[in-house]
Amino acid sequence: MGNDYAIETQNLTKRYGRVEAVSGLSLKVPHHQVTGFLGRNGAGKSTTIRMLLGMTHPSEGRGALLGSPIDDAGESREIRRHVAYVGEDKELYGYMTVQQLIRFTASFYADWRPETAHCLQRRYELPSERKVRDLSKGMRTKLALLLALARRPEILILDEPSDGLDPVSIEDLLGTLGAATGEGTTVFFSSHRIAEVERIADRVCMIDHGKLVAELSLDEMRQDYRRITLGFATPPPEQAFGIYGVRQVRTSGRQMILSAARNANGIVELARSLDAVSVDVAPVSLLEVFLETVKEAQ
Amino acid sequence: MLFKLNPQAGQPLYLQLMQQVRHAVETGVLQRGDQLPGIRTLAEEIVVSHNTVAKAYSELEHEGLLEIRHGSGAFIAAKNRKGSRSERVRLAQERVHALVDALQQEGFSTEEIRRLLEAALFYPEQIETTR
Repeated sequence: MGNDYAIETQNLTKRYGRVEAVSGLSLKVPHHQVTGFLGRNGAGKSTTIRMLLGMTHPSEGRGALLGSPIDDAGESREIRRHVAYVGEDKELYGYMTVQQLIRFTASFYADWRPETAHCLQRRYELPSERKVRDLSKGMRTKLALLLALARRPEILILDEPSDGLDPVSIEDLLGTLGAATGEGTTVFFSSHRIAEVERIADRVCMIDHGKLVAELSLDEMRQDYRRITLGFATPPPEQAFGIYGVRQVRTSGRQMILSAARNANGIVELARSLDAVSVDVAPVSLLEVFLETVKEAQ
Repeated sequence: MLFKLNPQAGQPLYLQLMQQVRHAVETGVLQRGDQLPGIRTLAEEIVVSHNTVAKAYSELEHEGLLEIRHGSGAFIAAKNRKGSRSERVRLAQERVHALVDALQQEGFSTEEIRRLLEAALFYPEQIETTR
């Protein structure tokens, strides 16, 4: 695996006993983009992230961050300097104060940016003298984010970062994540909150039951994905719509709902030639694509 | 200048941003020499990916509407024909009002009219084929 992608995995698999938490996952996460990693609770997102970070070993398959294998101990230490993680283990160093933890972390990184740390601390209203263990969950997330961003990492990986945050803080977090690619950081974050992902992600990977079920660019989705509702005066000619671009067809009485990944024009043209009496074309949301994809995978 | 993008509008976000800048220039809300926020600042403010704003700015620069001076920001470069343009926008608005009024009197609901207008704007090809 080369350095064409910031994160790449091939056939990555994790078994716990007979259960496959992640099964044959092949991911490609491009550089300098915000990629959302979507899936239901228990779909395998956290396990995947833990494997990427070397916190647990794959049962099978391989993966690379910035071209370096994820389970090579020597290389992974080197690579870890360029990768930041904001996730579950926010409890570490609970005995330190916010200020102490910031100084402590800064001492490990030559290119630490004190001005960024300072600016974020003020914005996030993190009290310098408070002990980390006394911070709320949301504040710990913000502190972890501060520690991550002040290093200007090449890859920033986050596991459900908005969990436990209030709406104002979520807004702040999303703004920060969206803007982070401007400094050359690749952002990869897992979430089950689709509306959040839809706002700031450039791309989305969807995982279900440990498998990758879809990968798409959101600009392409907005441009090309359509829900086409057709009405017919006679029983709808369902078979005729097995054409290019149709992802799914649902029929209810004389009405048909098609979901198209492209070729909406061609599909509408076909519908007209088959005497559709009503045609309605509407954009689709990421939620709709997600629900369709996850249902299809079952 | 406030921009508001709709992630579910069925149009790439960078295109929405470009249209809003263009519209502001056409109406005179943004004028030659006015400064737009830096890419990073705007991305944070409207909560979108940096790449969305970067792409919109770069396309607008390509169109000659925006001038990006490195280190100092993005400036409106195009001359706006403000008086005449905003007058034309006002007249256009009147025509749209008249059209909507007429359709309502024919018994179309607000929702139906909205869909018809959206269809005309976003899927012109598909309407062509229906004739």
